Amino acid sequence: MMDTNLYLALSALIFTIGALGVLMRRNALIIFMCVEMMLNSVNLSLVALSHRWGNVDGQIFVFVIMAVAAAEVAIGLAILIANTRHSQSVNVDKIDLLRW
Amino acid sequence: MIGYSAAWLLALPLAGLLLNTFVGRRYSRTLAGTIASGAVGLAFLIAILMAPDIYGSHGEHAGQTLPLWDWITIGELQVPLALLVDPLSLTLTLVVTGVGFLIHVYAMGYMVDDARLARFFIYLNFFILAMLLLVLGDSFVTLFIGWEGVGLASYLLIGFWFDREDELYGSYADCGKKAFVVNRIGDVGLILAMGLIWTTVGTLNFTEALQGLATMSEAPLVLICLLLLLAVAGKSAQFPLYVWLPDAMAGPTPVSALIHAATMVTAGIYLMARTHVLWELAPMASAIAAWIGVGTAFVAATMAMVQTDLKKVLAYSTISQLGYMVLGAGVGAFAFAIFHLVTHAFFKALLFLSAGSVQHATHELDMRKLGGLRLKMPHTARNFLIGSLALAGIPPLAGFFSKDGILLYAFQHNILLYFLGLVTALVTAIYIFRAYYLTFMGEPRDAHVDSHVHESGRLILAPLWILSALTILGGALNLPFVLTLEHALASVVGELEPPVPSLEIALLVVSAMVAIGGARLAWGAYRRHMAWVDSIRATFKPLAKLAQQRWYLDDLYDRQILRGSHTLSQWLSTTVDQQGIDRAVNWGAETALNWSRKLRRLNDGRVPTYVFSMFVGAALLVAYFWIAL
Amino acid sequence: MFDLLTLVTFLPLLGVLALFAVRSEMFRKVGALAVSLMTFVVSLFLLVNWNPMEPGGFAREVQFNWFPEIGLSFHLGVDGISLWLVLLTTFMMPIAVAFSNLYVKDRIGQHLILLLLLETALIGVFLALDLVLFFVFFEFTLIPMYFLIGQWGSENREYAAIKFVMYTLLGSAFMLVAVVSVYALTGTFSIMEITRVLPATAGIGFQTLGFLAFVLAFAVKIPLFPFHTWLPDAHVQAPTAGSIMLASLLLKMGAYGIFRLAIPFFPAAAAELLVYVILLALAGIVYGGLVALQQKDVKSLVAYSSVAHMGFIVLGLFVFNTQGVSGAILQMINHGLSTGALFLMVGFLYERRHTRRFADFGGLWKSIPVYCAFFLIIAMSSAGLPGLNGFVGEFSILMGAYAVNPGYALVASVGVVLAAWYLLTAYRKLAQGEIVHQENRADVLSDLNSQELSMLVPVVVMCFALGLFPNLLLDKIVPAVELWLPGR
Repeated sequence: MMDTNLYLALSALIFTIGALGVLMRRNALIIFMCVEMMLNSVNLSLVALSHRWGNVDGQIFVFVIMAVAAAEVAIGLAILIANTRHSQSVNVDKIDLLRW
Repeated sequence: MIGYSAAWLLALPLAGLLLNTFVGRRYSRTLAGTIASGAVGLAFLIAILMAPDIYGSHGEHAGQTLPLWDWITIGELQVPLALLVDPLSLTLTLVVTGVGFLIHVYAMGYMVDDARLARFFIYLNFFILAMLLLVLGDSFVTLFIGWEGVGLASYLLIGFWFDREDELYGSYADCGKKAFVVNRIGDVGLILAMGLIWTTVGTLNFTEALQGLATMSEAPLVLICLLLLLAVAGKSAQFPLYVWLPDAMAGPTPVSALIHAATMVTAGIYLMARTHVLWELAPMASAIAAWIGVGTAFVAATMAMVQTDLKKVLAYSTISQLGYMVLGAGVGAFAFAIFHLVTHAFFKALLFLSAGSVQHATHELDMRKLGGLRLKMPHTARNFLIGSLALAGIPPLAGFFSKDGILLYAFQHNILLYFLGLVTALVTAIYIFRAYYLTFMGEPRDAHVDSHVHESGRLILAPLWILSALTILGGALNLPFVLTLEHALASVVGELEPPVPSLEIALLVVSAMVAIGGARLAWGAYRRHMAWVDSIRATFKPLAKLAQQRWYLDDLYDRQILRGSHTLSQWLSTTVDQQGIDRAVNWGAETALNWSRKLRRLNDGRVPTYVFSMFVGAALLVAYFWIAL
Repeated sequence: MFDLLTLVTFLPLLGVLALFAVRSEMFRKVGALAVSLMTFVVSLFLLVNWNPMEPGGFAREVQFNWFPEIGLSFHLGVDGISLWLVLLTTFMMPIAVAFSNLYVKDRIGQHLILLLLLETALIGVFLALDLVLFFVFFEFTLIPMYFLIGQWGSENREYAAIKFVMYTLLGSAFMLVAVVSVYALTGTFSIMEITRVLPATAGIGFQTLGFLAFVLAFAVKIPLFPFHTWLPDAHVQAPTAGSIMLASLLLKMGAYGIFRLAIPFFPAAAAELLVYVILLALAGIVYGGLVALQQKDVKSLVAYSSVAHMGFIVLGLFVFNTQGVSGAILQMINHGLSTGALFLMVGFLYERRHTRRFADFGGLWKSIPVYCAFFLIIAMSSAGLPGLNGFVGEFSILMGAYAVNPGYALVASVGVVLAAWYLLTAYRKLAQGEIVHQENRADVLSDLNSQELSMLVPVVVMCFALGLFPNLLLDKIVPAVELWLPGR
């Protein structure tokens, strides 16, 4: 019982770090890593709760999320590289191609 | 068997028009006229062959029906297409095909130089087809096909010289348009009448509908009759819709003779006779019709008096004579209305064709430039004189008997109607002899016109002489006390009560005297010999002014109604449509655009802004569920 | 799956695929014409073994699951009403294709593909018996039409195209909400099922809102006064084939939608609100006629005449008796033929003179008499001359309206007078009078050629045929209408 709460607390902590990172950092690569942290914090809580309730559904979810995340990383990095080539910068404040 | 030949009546002009459309015009110019005339002539022969059978049978079974096919079947609304041949429709058929044939032949001579000769005959055959459908149709709707069809034919033929324009008529094409649109206003009456008849008795077949309506109360019948009267006023050029007919004279003269004098304009009279049951049961509507008829007759006659164009005189004269017919129908003398229709077809066609002969020879119809034509055009002059005598009502020509019959019944109905009719007869005699004297008597007034006057050719004169013969002898169709035509029509339009013989003779004498007096008056006026004529003219000066201005009716229409609706439509299309409705629509679009311009500022393209709003949104959602649950 | 109905609906779509496969413009032209003609021939087989035994009067139905979890099915059916609209579609399409083949020079292949896409969508609308399917087809017609106007139109084409799409979409948005709420209430998208269930279950408040939403969508499409201002713009700017499609068929979707959906779904609301709809229809009849009188552009005159004519159709639908409704259905076909032909004729003229302003014409009867003769016939059919097709429907509507309220018939018959007036005014300005412009002289202007005649003559033949033998259509329309009427 105690163990699960700890896991959840850790998960929340990682999620908060990730969220704050996404909000505050300007480097696109770091934002990207923060997003991964948020995803994995959710994975962590899924695994923890899955263990807690003795149900494998959560773990299956984790696999799906990891697969999606991997795909996302592939596409996201590609976009990032393309954009970096284009604007010579990884600062997200400079990236506003979609502005109105 | 009879019905079968009735189908031929329609098939012949149809064949003529198709033949001319697709084949005839390719070969020779004379062929078109021959085909067209031949088709109508054959139709006339067929009609004559049918006559003994139809006129011979009496009583209930006088009519024979030929069903063609089921035209419209929508639930209760059933309109089979069928032809009804009875004495009334056969009489009209004989007039249409007979006079029509003569005019076709005349046109072959008259139109010989026109580049669009074949097209002219196609239209003429189309007219005959539609007119026959009108008189032979056995239901209101079938009649309506013909009714609209003759309207189209009239439109096409009035505007036959659609590229011409002159001071008298304006653009000829506009004259045709006016005729069609004014007629359509009358058609509204017919459509609504059909609506009322159909909703009341559930059928539009003449026989069944009239039987059904005969048992109805008076109120709907009066309404039906008034609606029909509107249609009659449109087609037969009665007040207040007569204005199109004078303009219709823009068409070639054979057209004026055939359509705008002898046949099409009498369709309204035919409609009244066909529905005589209703008029007899709705005395109020009949009275209105009688007054409209006699009023139109009088007013149009005064207008005819001041015209300077020969054809316009005849046009107003036609309106006036149609007024007599409506008067006849209004006072219940349907047989005499039809009788006058027949004789009028003879003598008015004669007058028009004579006028056409003048025009063919002189290219001029302005009576101020004509004069003295009797020397160079003796045949035409004689024919016009015969027509004038008949129109004026001089015994024993056809017009005398038919007009007098109408006046006789008007006298029995209401002495005022009779009196006004009699005055009109006087005016009629004056204006037609004025026209005759101005055109044919005296000395030529225009040397240029006079220099190339010549008598017309045989194709033009032969129909004139035949019509003259008919005009002289036509009265025999229905001599007083013998009443051949009246008895023949009795099975359709009802038997008239015979008048007191002494009264009849007295009125005959009065009419004859009035007609002769009018002719004498015109003679005096245009020989400028007698002082008393001048004094009479001075007395009626104000009336002349009124007549010259056409009683200000055309002004009223042009200025008030026509211009009014133009202003209205102008206002609707610019102010309402473009500046009102469409601006409102575009304003809606503009407003949306403006808002979108403002709102899109939120979309600054920077990832942190989006992420931040996403987190805020997520937080708000979480908060909401926290509170809600 | 390989049912006649599916075949008719998707044959043009198959044609589109085939057209994609070839590159040559020549083949695409021939192919498009062949496909549209083939569709027409196939659609004629709908008439074979006509036996409307189904409860809704449907002679043929085809249904298979599409998305059963939410009750969506691919459900087509043809009854005595949709039959003629489908045939009108397949009849007019080869004519539009032939016109474009002859005159469109720019990206003809794409143009033809859009026309064929439009055909599938139109047939789909008229045959759909599933609400979502109907909606999808209904909306899908916008796409090809948008491109036809926006790409091949006249000088102001983009404005007109966007106005057309946005205006229609606005109406459709309301309809979509109504579709969803109808589903929420009845749990089905089947049109026949909803027709059976909804009137009994829905309260008057729901019905009123639903009716208004549907009618708004269709009123824009019809277009009912005062939602009509997109029409003159769209017509004036559209290429000829687009105008023909728009006038003949797209407008009919609105009237058909009212007939098939709005009234049967919400009969109580329809009964409640019909007076207002009729007033709008009557206003449209008079207004369209009066405004048409003033137009300086031939196409916008015909567009406003459509407003008046569609007013007649809506009037007929809402008088709720056999004559009015059958007349309205018949008039849809008649208007499709005669107005389509009018646009075709204007197109012929435009391709010769590159102008549509009345002021640039006059006296054409002298130079191109055959053209003018045809124009007059078509104008007369549009003005409702008996013997031609326009009369029967108009007459039947007037009789039906008279039976309900003589005042309706009186106002509507004003439209009859106006129709003659504006059409003859148009004819006067085009064909009659003297030739004032040198470009209109006989030696410069050519009369109709055989290709043009081959497009025009079929329509004119149909005008005469339906004017003289309207029972050919009425035989199937009237029973279907009589099935539709009870309970109204």
